Amino acid sequence: MAIGRPDIPDRALRRQWLLDRIFQGATQVSAGLVLVILLGIIVSLFIGGWQALNLFGVGFLTSDEWNPVTDQFGALVPIYGTLVSSLIALLIAVPIGFGIALFLTEVAPHWMRRPIGTAIELLAAIPSIIYGMWGLFVFAPLLSRYVQPWLQDTFGNTAIIGALFQGAPLGIGMLPAGIILGIMIIPFITAIMRDVFMTTPKFLKESAYGVGATHWEMVWNVVLPYTRIGAVGGIFLGLGRALGETMAVTFIIGNTHRLSVSLFEPGNSIASTLANEFTEAVGEIHTSSLIALGLVLFMITSVVLALAKLLLMSLERRDAVKH
Amino acid sequence: MLRKSLIFLAIAAVASLAMSLAQAASTINGAGATFPYPIYAKWAAVYMKETGNRINYQSIGSGGGIKQIKAKTVHFGASDKPLDAKELGESGLMQFPMVMGGVVPVINLKGIKPGELRLSGTALADIYLGKITTWNDPVIVKLNPGVNLPADKINVVSRADGSGTTYIFTHYLSRVSAEFKGKIGNNTSVSWPAGVGGKGNEGVASYVQRLKGAIGYVEYAYALQNKMTYTQLQNRAGAFVKPDIASFQAAAANADWAKSPDFNLMLTDQPGAKSWPITGATFILMHTKQDKAESATDVLKFFDWAYRKGDKLAEELHYIPMPESVVKLVQNSWKKDIRDAGGKAVWNEARVQK
Repeated sequence: MAIGRPDIPDRALRRQWLLDRIFQGATQVSAGLVLVILLGIIVSLFIGGWQALNLFGVGFLTSDEWNPVTDQFGALVPIYGTLVSSLIALLIAVPIGFGIALFLTEVAPHWMRRPIGTAIELLAAIPSIIYGMWGLFVFAPLLSRYVQPWLQDTFGNTAIIGALFQGAPLGIGMLPAGIILGIMIIPFITAIMRDVFMTTPKFLKESAYGVGATHWEMVWNVVLPYTRIGAVGGIFLGLGRALGETMAVTFIIGNTHRLSVSLFEPGNSIASTLANEFTEAVGEIHTSSLIALGLVLFMITSVVLALAKLLLMSLERRDAVKH
Repeated sequence: MLRKSLIFLAIAAVASLAMSLAQAASTINGAGATFPYPIYAKWAAVYMKETGNRINYQSIGSGGGIKQIKAKTVHFGASDKPLDAKELGESGLMQFPMVMGGVVPVINLKGIKPGELRLSGTALADIYLGKITTWNDPVIVKLNPGVNLPADKINVVSRADGSGTTYIFTHYLSRVSAEFKGKIGNNTSVSWPAGVGGKGNEGVASYVQRLKGAIGYVEYAYALQNKMTYTQLQNRAGAFVKPDIASFQAAAANADWAKSPDFNLMLTDQPGAKSWPITGATFILMHTKQDKAESATDVLKFFDWAYRKGDKLAEELHYIPMPESVVKLVQNSWKKDIRDAGGKAVWNEARVQK
């Protein structure tokens, strides 16, 4: 301690205390700002979309008519398209992402893990418009020439599933959009699953191998139960991205406001409807309907996140009971 | 020491940049239609070089342009769709046509060369209504004697995003087909009963090139640049015409601008044996009462320059310049309609010429 000048530590302390207060204040304000911005977005979406919601009522969610000429707007087609394309994406991305993550953490030789892991992270960084262009120019022709005719031949005459594969194989539509979305979210799901799989303590795995478990038994009985919560979180993060994806979907979904069961037919998603129509929406009701559509997307994403939280909570509770 | 002098240099550079910006004559902001963006941007660049005046044009879409000029956030707005007298009056705006373009049907049919296939307006409307579904439909066969048409399904491609191109196209189809007018109608985006939608001219062009038996509609420039197979169209006089600068200009020359108040005129289905039937002008919107007369004059100076010297640039980019007679009408309306706060005319040719 400085004996000769007792004022120094005091001043330094005060300065530190002040810096601490400023830091604390700044973090508090930042955290608060998130809530304020979120609330602001909801309120402004609600105000902007009020005219349409007021005019069409519940019909806005249940009508499949979207006609800017007659000012009749119903969101059923884009809502359906958003949900179905995201569902297809999950059906593709979850098993593949799970497989890659498993391979990287448990099966692959060590020298291979880093390059493949980095490659997957790079895939996640590719702008979505690139996926869209690749989808339209490279993937769609292949799909329409080889995959879609095969699907039609194989499942076209099956009782219920057959309806999903009717129509001309254009390579543009709900199925191609879902596949592209799936490819886009694979890196997200993989990266998160890999990270959580790696948190499994080594002694647990070694014990499993020690009692004679195979790779698969070890993963199924040790890694998965241990990391379930994180893995589910990764899936929902991918789903959130699929729901809101705009450019890649716009390129390949066909952008048509028609409801059809067949996955080969063009459809529309909420995000691509917004991207397509917002700039040239002249009428007030058209603009208001688009903003209301934004609100619907916001709600869908919130519900998905809420469901994810509920699922995680119930998983945690079950774990707590077990232990 | 080095650091200090570097900082000094940086400050000096910023200061001199700021000063040079302050000295630059003026900056004009405009926003709106995407269709004329390439030519407005080109004009602005050349104008900047010649006069030192900066024109910023943001292609945010006609709808956005109308909203921005109404909110007075820009000096001029641009729209592919002319506003009617009521809307102009309510928001204190005037409009004038700046440059023209054509919309062209394009197809992807094996063995058919550009300009070989002939279509009539009603046939085109029926294709887009989903009533004609194959290329060997009797209606198309009858229009094309001697052309070998396949039995392929017609893949109808439309614009998914709201656009002036769709506005002009549906305006034409509504004029030639009562059924199209009743079932679909005329707007920047409509509810198409058939086919797929591409985003932007490039989206439609790539869908048409990708899908066998496809038909779509794009701006003339896109059809040319992508070497697409365009069709002939039967015009109001009953003649089949090919899309080119001459047939677009014929449509504009035959249009009766003088009798159209506020220049509220669509150039579709115009009379004349040489007129291309899907032609359209794009419009500039300005406030009739200008609080800052100087910036209004600067805007008009730019458009005056574009009318006088911009023709060649326009044609290079496959736009069609307005005919001389229309430019006269436009400049008269500048004098008549645009006033400063004191009620004096903002546009004064004598002052500009000198």
